[in-house]
Amino acid sequence: MIEALAFEFIQHALIAGILVSFATGIIGSLIVVNRMVFLAGGIAHSTYGGIGLAVYFGLPIFLGASLFAIGAALLIAILTLKKRDRMDTFIGLIWAVGMAIGVILVDLTPGYHVDLMSYLFGSILAVSTKDLYFMAALLLLIISVVTLYYRDILAVSYDSEYARLRGVNVRFFYTFILILSALTVVIAMKVVGLILVIAMLTIPVYIAERLSSSLFAMMFLSGTIATLFTLTGLWFSYAYDLSSGATIIMVSALSLGLFLLFPYKKT
Amino acid sequence: MPAIEIKNLSYTYEKEAVLENINLTVEEKDFLAIIGPNGGGKSTLLQLVLGINPLQQGSILIFGKPSKESLYKLGYVPQNTNVNIDFPIKAIEVVMMGHISKKRPLFGYGKDEILCAMGALKQVGMTDFADHKIGSLSGGQRQRVMIARALCNHPQILILDEPTSSIDITGQRDIYELLKTLNAHMTIIVVSHDISVILEYANKAAHINKTLSFHDISDKHSTFHTHGNDAHFCEIELLQMLGTEHCDTCK
Repeated sequence: MIEALAFEFIQHALIAGILVSFATGIIGSLIVVNRMVFLAGGIAHSTYGGIGLAVYFGLPIFLGASLFAIGAALLIAILTLKKRDRMDTFIGLIWAVGMAIGVILVDLTPGYHVDLMSYLFGSILAVSTKDLYFMAALLLLIISVVTLYYRDILAVSYDSEYARLRGVNVRFFYTFILILSALTVVIAMKVVGLILVIAMLTIPVYIAERLSSSLFAMMFLSGTIATLFTLTGLWFSYAYDLSSGATIIMVSALSLGLFLLFPYKKT
Repeated sequence: MPAIEIKNLSYTYEKEAVLENINLTVEEKDFLAIIGPNGGGKSTLLQLVLGINPLQQGSILIFGKPSKESLYKLGYVPQNTNVNIDFPIKAIEVVMMGHISKKRPLFGYGKDEILCAMGALKQVGMTDFADHKIGSLSGGQRQRVMIARALCNHPQILILDEPTSSIDITGQRDIYELLKTLNAHMTIIVVSHDISVILEYANKAAHINKTLSFHDISDKHSTFHTHGNDAHFCEIELLQMLGTEHCDTCK
């Protein structure tokens, strides 16, 4: 096991795992407390359209995916504000149409046989140094935004009506949370893939929510728990030669199951 | 100068008149009860006073100024305080949301804000629960925290929307006793369904059902006949009396 750490791709996988775990822990907390899980799922799946876009136009994958994911996030933000009552229908639409666009754009790209599975289910063993920089930069951005605007984000998340009354720009922060979610989905794509990312944004967060008495604590704890799950998952996947993304999710789900077996006290 | 002066206020929503020619003057240190059927326009009126919805017709003055300029004089306790119960937040953090200040620290909360929030919690008797998670409090305790949040900015008028709708009977009494204490130095406006309870505490009542009928009820016994020999009012009788029809105490 230890000798595996000598490989550069294993080192990259570990660093990526930690960076992405903290990003998903922090953003996942915001997604869960704002009841945006379905929205995040929609953004995540439609991001596949961005893969198609990048492949078709020969752009870097992260760039294509980020642009497309941000577009989906903005669309969802507008729909949430304009057509609140029919939102679920529209999100379902964005969810599927984004993926369809991706599939068609890949079809249209001559002579290109992209490994779809790696984007949908993760390929943490193929993280490049550039990817790591992108992940680190995003994590840094997330941490600074959340620290500087903690109170506004807290107010919007806890009670948006009251926040608006107190002069907080609710729409702006709501949209901003969605955009950060979109970017987080993009970096998490490498670790667990677009389809499995939703579990990473929710399972550690759910456990942390129950154990925390402040949003800040919840974010930090989510990140820590997610890191634990990711590293454990990676170990299992290496030891038993299993797909890393799916193994990380299964480790998380089983841990959640165990966690729920123990009664907890509300503090 | 009246605390709130509403003149010729009308409001239509999707071509339907919700409020018609409302005139209402609330004096300082009044305890006003706003009652009326669901969909009668109570919440719309509150939203207009609070500046959540823009005015269409008529005017609302708060201490002689347009409501936009004097919003900081209003404290507001919204209707549903049972939303987001699982949210990981301490009572004191909820209270600090009510604090408005131009200057604020880069991270976390300022000392003055914490002191101010503790002061507000003390006013509602919740000091011991400052560090409790909001979800671990009872409905009545949570409502007190929400009142503290509204008090945090030292308002001159406190507006509450159905403050006791999710609280048991004893809890309701406690909340109204608290409001009575607060009434000594601020104007209180309560939208409520709990007619018989609210009328024991309010000195004025406004019945809203598209139009408004106003009642001075500081001397209750000359105004109402109580039902039976206990001092409770029969709600149906009251509604009839306070509605525009069958009302001979109006004007």
